[in-house]
Amino acid sequence: MVIKYFSWIKEHLGKSEEHIVLPNHITNVDQLIDYLNQMDKKYHLILKKKEIIKVAVNKTYSSFDANISNDDEIAFFPPVTGG
Amino acid sequence: MNKSSSIIKIKIQNEDFDVSEEIKVLYQNNTGAVVNFVGIVRDYDEKNKQIINSMTLEHYPGMTETEIEKIIIESFDRWELTGVTVIHRIGNLKPFDQIVFVGVSSKHRQNAFDGCNFIMDWLKTKAPFWKFEEYNNQKNWVSFNESDNQALEKWKN
Repeated sequence: MVIKYFSWIKEHLGKSEEHIVLPNHITNVDQLIDYLNQMDKKYHLILKKKEIIKVAVNKTYSSFDANISNDDEIAFFPPVTGG
Repeated sequence: MNKSSSIIKIKIQNEDFDVSEEIKVLYQNNTGAVVNFVGIVRDYDEKNKQIINSMTLEHYPGMTETEIEKIIIESFDRWELTGVTVIHRIGNLKPFDQIVFVGVSSKHRQNAFDGCNFIMDWLKTKAPFWKFEEYNNQKNWVSFNESDNQALEKWKN
């Protein structure tokens, strides 16, 4: 699985993307965040700001309870500020 | 939506764009009006009370184009339009540089006005771009403006 980070989330984590092998028991975005947070407390930021942070699954806006699989591309980013 | 005779152009680029050239792209059969919006980099951040030296725009390649395309398709569903162009710049920009161009053409003016307004409102809230501003002694990621969400209210019906 590819996980991408943008804007200040990318800066906080110190990386713009990472590749992980999704464990079988992880089936949605919420569980993925918990899993990442267990590996490194830095990911706590995503949990802490979950009410504002957006998630995309395969480049489509998604919800935190969306089902995911190892073939998916997940992205976490703050509300957009273009235009 | 009749796409066969419509122009849809989406570009995400570092380079500047020529507004008069882009407007001409939208001149075509059945068009009597072209409305366009150009967004430029401000030289002053009112929220942080800082002079802006530069701005950097990052985006999510692939998702950006898809989200803009969805907005354009929705605008064609809502109004009788003959063409839409959206150009958004990325990378490092300076005050008064052009950031975004939205051009909308239609047979009559009202559809073009409404379509252009609609596309900009949705682009501000959905297209995955993020601005980073640099001031003299400080820099920060621009925060989302709640008024951009409120602007969407007028398109609810």
